[in-house]
Amino acid sequence: MGIVEAILLTVITAATPLVLASIGELVTERAGVLNLGVEGMMVMGAAIAFAATQMTGSPYIGILAGIAGGGLFSLLFGFLTLTLVANQVATGLALTILGLGISGQIGEPYVGMSGTKLQPIVVPLLSDIPFLGPLLFKQDIIFYVSIALVIGVNWFLFKSRAGLKIRAIGDNHGSAHALGIHVIRTRYLAVMFGGACAGLAGAQLSLVYTPQWVENMSAGRGWIALALVVFASWRPWRVLAGGYLFGAVSISQLHAQAFGIGIPSQFLSALPYIATVVVLILISHNRRMTQINTPACLGKPFVPDR
Amino acid sequence: MLAVRSLTKLFGSFAACNGIDLDIKSGEIHALLGENGAGKSTLVKMLFGVLAPTSGQILWKGESVRIPSPGAARRIGIGMVFQHFSLFEALTVAENIALSLSPGISLSKVAEEASRLSHLYGLPLDPNAHVADLSVGERQRIEIVRALLQNPELIILDEPTSVLTPQEADRLFETLAKLKAEGRSVLYISHRLEEVQRICDRATVLRHGKVTGACDPRKETPASLARMMVGSDVASVSAAGTNTKGDVLLEAKHLTVPSRTPFAVALKNVCLKVRSGEVLAIAGVAGNGQGELFDALSGEYPVADPAAVSIRGKAAGNLGITARRLMGAGFVPEERHGHAAVTTLPLSDNLVLARSQSDRKTFLAGGLLGIIRQAVVRIASTRISEAMDVRKSGENPAAGSLSGGNLQKYIVGRELDRQPAVLIVNQPTWGVDAGAASRIRQALVDLAKSGSAVLVISQDLDEIFEVATEIAVISEGRLSDAYPAHDLTREKIGLLMGGMYGKTEGEVAHAH
Repeated sequence: MGIVEAILLTVITAATPLVLASIGELVTERAGVLNLGVEGMMVMGAAIAFAATQMTGSPYIGILAGIAGGGLFSLLFGFLTLTLVANQVATGLALTILGLGISGQIGEPYVGMSGTKLQPIVVPLLSDIPFLGPLLFKQDIIFYVSIALVIGVNWFLFKSRAGLKIRAIGDNHGSAHALGIHVIRTRYLAVMFGGACAGLAGAQLSLVYTPQWVENMSAGRGWIALALVVFASWRPWRVLAGGYLFGAVSISQLHAQAFGIGIPSQFLSALPYIATVVVLILISHNRRMTQINTPACLGKPFVPDR
Repeated sequence: MLAVRSLTKLFGSFAACNGIDLDIKSGEIHALLGENGAGKSTLVKMLFGVLAPTSGQILWKGESVRIPSPGAARRIGIGMVFQHFSLFEALTVAENIALSLSPGISLSKVAEEASRLSHLYGLPLDPNAHVADLSVGERQRIEIVRALLQNPELIILDEPTSVLTPQEADRLFETLAKLKAEGRSVLYISHRLEEVQRICDRATVLRHGKVTGACDPRKETPASLARMMVGSDVASVSAAGTNTKGDVLLEAKHLTVPSRTPFAVALKNVCLKVRSGEVLAIAGVAGNGQGELFDALSGEYPVADPAAVSIRGKAAGNLGITARRLMGAGFVPEERHGHAAVTTLPLSDNLVLARSQSDRKTFLAGGLLGIIRQAVVRIASTRISEAMDVRKSGENPAAGSLSGGNLQKYIVGRELDRQPAVLIVNQPTWGVDAGAASRIRQALVDLAKSGSAVLVISQDLDEIFEVATEIAVISEGRLSDAYPAHDLTREKIGLLMGGMYGKTEGEVAHAH
C-alpha cells in the first residue's frame, strides 16, 4: 500500500463521522428544528457503543447501542423543545453539556482499556479494482452506511412524499398544520433520526477512528457537523463534499506538520476550518438557491392554536 | 347543504363566535360579511377543522358532523382558500398541491392534473415554478386549484380579493360563477360591500361574534349593509380641500435601489413630488415595491445618492431615519407589532423610542445622560390617546394589549402630535375596523390641510379615493406619473397596476 493510499484511508476515516452527524442534523433542520446538541449526542453514542462492545464483545451490538443511545438522548431534546416548547438553542446547548457529563460517567470504567476495532467488510470483485478497490470496498460497515445515508436522504427529501412533508414543515409549520400534516410527530421523528445519526457517528469514533474510550473524544466534531449543514445550504451532496474536504485538509495539515514545513502550526491547525468555510461559501454564492433551501421555520417554536 | 346551529368558540372568557346560526344551500354563493374581529375567520376555521368549537353543532347535508381536522373537512367535501396563504414558498407549485392530496399520487400526475384544471377554470399556472417567484394573484390561483383538485362541494374563500387587481378579481368572479353553475356552493368572506352585492346570492352579517342579519345583498344598499356590519353609521371622511399648492416638501429623484434579498423588489427610477397641502397616494398590488419604497423614503435603508430623496428641499438620501425625523418628517411603517411598536412595552415607552431625538429637549433630562422624564412623556401619551380616541385598558398599557385599530390610531397619533411637515404612511388602515379607519384617514387629510405633505402607500382603493389629492401607481418597483385623484377611475388604476400582468392577460385571451 502506497503512502497516498494510506493518507486517503485516514481521510475517509476522519470524514465519515462528520458526514454522518451532518446528514442527521440536516434532516432535523429541514424539519425546522435546530438541535445544537449534536456534540453531546455524538459523545454519548461513542461512550455507549464502546461500553456495549466491551460488555458483549461484538462491535456490531456496540454500533446498534450507539445508534439507540443517540436516538434516545435526542428524545429528551424533542420532549423539551417540541412538547414543552422550550427554547431550542438553550436546550441544545444544555444537551451538549449533559452529554459530555453523562458519557464521562458511562465511560469511566473503560478509560485506558484497548477496544475492539471494527473489522472491514471486503466486497468481492470490486475490492480488486486497483487503487480505488482497497479504498472504497475494504471498509467497515459504518463507512458504507454513511454513503448510503447521503444517497438515501437525498432521495427521501426530494423525491418521496414523506420528505416533501418534512420540507413543508420546515418552510411553514403553520400552513403544514392547516393542511393536516402532523407537525410535532414528524419533528420528533426528524429529531430522533438526527440523534441516531449522531450516535452512529460517535460509535465510529470509539470503534474505528481510535478504538478506545477517551473522555470528550468527540473533540468538537459535533460543532463542525452543525456548521457543515449550514454552509452546505441544507443539501445532502454538499454535506458529503464538505465533510470530505474538512477531513482531507485536517489530515494533510497533520502530515505537513510532521514533515516540518516552515508554517506556524497554529495556522495549519486552523486550515481545515478556513478551507471548508471558503469552499462552501464559494459554492453557495447563488443567494436565491440558498434562500430556497434554508428552512424558514428553523428554530421557531410551534404551538398549534386549538 | 351546510347548516350551523348555535356555534360558539371561546378564547378564555372572550367569545370570538357566540351562538352562530348559518345555512348554506347547494349551488349558491353565500357571503359572510363583517368587520375585522367580527369572528368571520374564527367561524370558517371551525368549519374547516382548524379550530375546535367550544359548543354548538355543524350539520353537513342534514347530519351532525364533527370536523376534527382540515383533512376530515376535505374528506366530507369542504375546500378552503385562506386569506393569508398557506403556501410553502420554498416548494414548487406542484409540490404545494401534492401536499394536500391523498397519498399515492405521483408528483408528475399532480403536475399534469393541476395544469389541466387550472386552464379549465381560466387560472393558468406553471406547475414547476417556485412559489417564491410568483405574484400574489398567481399564489391565490394555486390555492384555488389546490382546493378544486379535491372536488369539493363547498369552497370557502377568505377575503380573496384583498390582494388582487380589479381585473384579477373579475377573473376570479368568472371562476366562481363556473363553480356555482356546476352546483357547488361557495362561502365568500369579505368586507367589500360592492363585491358582495355583485356576486353573492345571500349574505349573513356578523358583528362581535354574533349574527346581526341575514339578507339578500342585492336588495340592500351599501349603507344598510354597512350599518349591519358596524352597528352604527360610519363617519365619512371629508376630502382635502386645499387646491393652492405650496412648496415641494418631499421629493424623490430617480430613486433606484437594487433588491436586498432574492424575494424583494428593486426600485427602478422612482420620481415623485409631494407639495404642502397635498396627499399623494400610491396604489398597487401587494409586493410591488411598496415596502422597499417606504424603506428608502424613511431612511430605514438609506441610499447612496443623497440627492435621490430630499425633505424640505434638503438632500437626505444617505441619511438615517433619525436624521430625517430631525428634518421634520414623520413615518408610520406597515407592521404595527414589532416594527412600529414594541408590543411588550407600555405606550409611553413606545413614544420615547420613536421621538427620543426629535423631542429630546422635552422628553429627556440630564443632558448626555438622557434620563427619561416619565411624567412629561405620560402627559404627551395621554394627549395622543385623547386626540385619536384610543381605547385602552388602563392608563399606560402594553402596546400589544391594544386592539389592532386602537394601536394603529396611537401610532399614527404619535407622529401627528409633532405636526410633521412631511408624513409618510405605509398601509395606514390595514386590518383596522371601519370606525378607526375613518378616524385615521380624517387625521391624515387634516394634516395635509394644515400645510403638511402627506404620502400614503395603500392597497385599498376605497381608502385612496377617500384621502388622496394625487394618485400614482407602483408596479414591479416602477412608479407611474401622479394624476389628480378626480381624473382617475378604478379601471384606470387597475390598468396601471396591471402593467406587470400583461402576459397573463394574453394567455387567458388565448385559452378562451
